[in-house]
Amino acid sequence: MKISLTRRYRFAASHRLHTTKLSAAENRRVYGKCSNPYGHGHNYVLEVTVTGPVDPETGMIANLGELDPFVQREVIEPFDQKFLNEEVGEFREQVATTENVSRAIFDRLKGFRLARLERVRIEETSKNSFEIEDGPSS
Amino acid sequence: MIRITRKIEFSAAHFYHNSNFSAEQNRRVFGKCNNPHGHGHNYVLEVTIAGEPDPTTGMVLDLKELKDILQTEVMDRMDHRHLNYEVPELSGQIPTCENIAAVIWKLLEPKIKTGKLDRVRLYESPELFVDVSAGNGTQP
Repeated sequence: MKISLTRRYRFAASHRLHTTKLSAAENRRVYGKCSNPYGHGHNYVLEVTVTGPVDPETGMIANLGELDPFVQREVIEPFDQKFLNEEVGEFREQVATTENVSRAIFDRLKGFRLARLERVRIEETSKNSFEIEDGPSS
Repeated sequence: MIRITRKIEFSAAHFYHNSNFSAEQNRRVFGKCNNPHGHGHNYVLEVTIAGEPDPTTGMVLDLKELKDILQTEVMDRMDHRHLNYEVPELSGQIPTCENIAAVIWKLLEPKIKTGKLDRVRLYESPELFVDVSAGNGTQP
């Protein structure tokens, strides 16, 4: 039997999909309206899944009293109400697509010591979601 | 292979307390969930069965049959109950979402005769859920 725990968090942030590696015309062609120079924003939903043994003393894989402040400190505070391109270090060099946001968040949360991070899933809107799992390619 | 999922809801009360812990330790580890008067949730349970559709009926299993199993094994045991006191399968365990989901898995698995129990997902709230599946995962 395998058991995992998933917690949902929310943050709101703006971004612009644009790369200096492409010309203005190519940026417009590839990213469409997401390349608007003033940026735009989303209400992101972040699902964090952890796995590991259920501690018989607490009945828990991870105590939310420890997971919540960790996610708050590592992701919600640095990302919420921010312009990702300018204010979150990972996106100075790479485009703030939700693929890249997922990987950056996964890397930030990997440091959680009290359970194993299994998956990060992000809903950029209610129509688009992105997932990254622990494994050789993450 | 096809997976089919049925969803049910039940409401129950619980609180978290470990008698091996001091009162201070219980408060520190379990926070508000340690309130001895208990509190409750509307649990949402999603049960997923995997299998090949029967060539005659086109069904992996009869959903009516699954509905009856969920009624007997989960609803009758847990709906409008206090999980600390009224569910023998949970006695001696803290009724966390992890432990409740594991108990539900163990209750359902032997009852599913057609297809295979693939996953139990238990939502304690829209913001928190536990998945149990077969496989070489960790205990319990």
